[in-house]
Amino acid sequence: MLVVVILNFLLLQLAPGDLATVLAGEAGGAPAEYIEAMRQRFGQDKPVWMQLLTYMGNILQFDLGYSFRQNASVSSLVFERLGPTLLLMGTTLVVSLSFGTLLGLLAAMWVKTWKDHLISIGAVLVYAMPLFWLGLMLVLIFSVKLNWFPTSGMENITAFHEGWPRLIDIAHHLVLPTLTLSLFYLALYARLMRASMLEQRGLDYVTTARAKGLDEKQITFRHVVRNALLPVLTMAGVQFGALLGGSVVVEAIFAWPGLGQLAYQSLFARDYNLLLGIFFMSACLVVVVNLVVDLLYVWLDPRIRMT
Amino acid sequence: MKSFKKRFLSNPRVSIGLGWLAIVFLSALLANQFSPGDPFEIVGKPFAGSGSEHWLGTDSLGRDVLAGMIHGARTTLLIAVFATLAAVAFGTALGAIAGYFGGWVDDVLMRATEIFQTIPSFLFAIVLIAILSPSAFNLIIAIATVSWPPIARVVRGEVLSVKAREYVQAAVVAGQTDTAILLKQVLPNTLSPLIVTGSLMVATAILVESALSFLGLGAPNQMSWGFMVGAARSFLRDAWWLVALPGLTIMLTVLAINLVGEGLNDALNPRLADL
Repeated sequence: MLVVVILNFLLLQLAPGDLATVLAGEAGGAPAEYIEAMRQRFGQDKPVWMQLLTYMGNILQFDLGYSFRQNASVSSLVFERLGPTLLLMGTTLVVSLSFGTLLGLLAAMWVKTWKDHLISIGAVLVYAMPLFWLGLMLVLIFSVKLNWFPTSGMENITAFHEGWPRLIDIAHHLVLPTLTLSLFYLALYARLMRASMLEQRGLDYVTTARAKGLDEKQITFRHVVRNALLPVLTMAGVQFGALLGGSVVVEAIFAWPGLGQLAYQSLFARDYNLLLGIFFMSACLVVVVNLVVDLLYVWLDPRIRMT
Repeated sequence: MKSFKKRFLSNPRVSIGLGWLAIVFLSALLANQFSPGDPFEIVGKPFAGSGSEHWLGTDSLGRDVLAGMIHGARTTLLIAVFATLAAVAFGTALGAIAGYFGGWVDDVLMRATEIFQTIPSFLFAIVLIAILSPSAFNLIIAIATVSWPPIARVVRGEVLSVKAREYVQAAVVAGQTDTAILLKQVLPNTLSPLIVTGSLMVATAILVESALSFLGLGAPNQMSWGFMVGAARSFLRDAWWLVALPGLTIMLTVLAINLVGEGLNDALNPRLADL
């Protein structure tokens, strides 16, 4: 975490021009003394390590700086957008994990039959698709041609829905972005689950269970699946960062008002403070998710004790 | 046991993959011969369908789509291959040092690798490009920066297992220096997993490069597949093929690389091929 903060600071230093020159440029030029005075006010005349300490102190108080483009503090902007992104991430995780493990499980049970091959070929194809292209193709098929789902946004603002209709409206808007973001991970988890099931099935404890007289169904669902899930879970934790990256693309395509879209906008407004604030927030999210994964691990596999 | 070459080439998926990659590589190499001139040049009416004059038609500004695809192959492959080479070089150096010397060196380097692995990589690449300003060279730097950690881990693991072998101990006894042992004894024996990981990484690099170009962070004044999709995006309703074609090319190329990479893996580790 600390490293991300320092990295953030270094990147800010690397950015062309400092705050004072940027602001002066925006105002249409300013005399050199004025820029000097502004630098003093922002503390930019102090040595770099002093600035780093101030920056770190600010972050500890969750002050991520100020976005001069949006005229609001970065942390308030980020928190405002956090909800929609978490909603998208949550549904994506649920969809990709549940369907991915299910498909992997089925493929492993039908191993080396045409059904297994069909699932594997589908997974390999999806695995190679660029995310943005998949999203646009889904829009083309389901919104433009079939008119089933809206092309963009999170809800129909002109309809002023309240309560249940509003939830349904949001869910309706959520389908395509979630599908776009889920498919890749679905394929990934399906492949992993299949390999992990096949690996577990050859282990000694399965032979023991069989010798004990358990039928295949019990062995598969009570013993093998639980153990096979562990690597999938690890992968889900590792991939969460990538999922956040993918959400930038997906939110840009579907105009989903989340962190990713904010990042996309700040990119073109050259709003570095905001961009780095989002980057910092995402890194925090990844750390939190990995903590949750560790806790789940203990729950799934009682042999692992917290130390 | 069949030879490596035979096992590799007799795999039908590898042949298909190699076939497509050959087409892409050739068009990238001979882009100027196949379609001389600037791919950004306006050659006809916008939104012309595929006809005799322009094989794949023209885009929203009347640029030849086929010329864009050919020149795009060049940009995308160049960036992806160089980014992978840089990532492999850096990752190998780090992983080898960590694995070979062990102790606190290993601890520090692996901790750093873990940190880089937790940072959301695509966002990190976006931030890097935004701050360094988009250019082909900076794209290579950004993609390499976010993709070296897996290489470092693979190499470290291999070095750890190779280090304990007798021929390495023999080299130590014979008085070879650490550098010589690393370069001449240890690293050549870690090559096969490195080749597999590296080849699969080119596919990821292509996807990252396309996504960055799609967002408008690609190399300026250089046609690329991601850029073509991004430029055609606003005309999805009227000219969907302008989005579909470059995207399909990206998908086929990534698919081909994955097939070849997996074929390599199967051929190098024949015992695991059944799994």
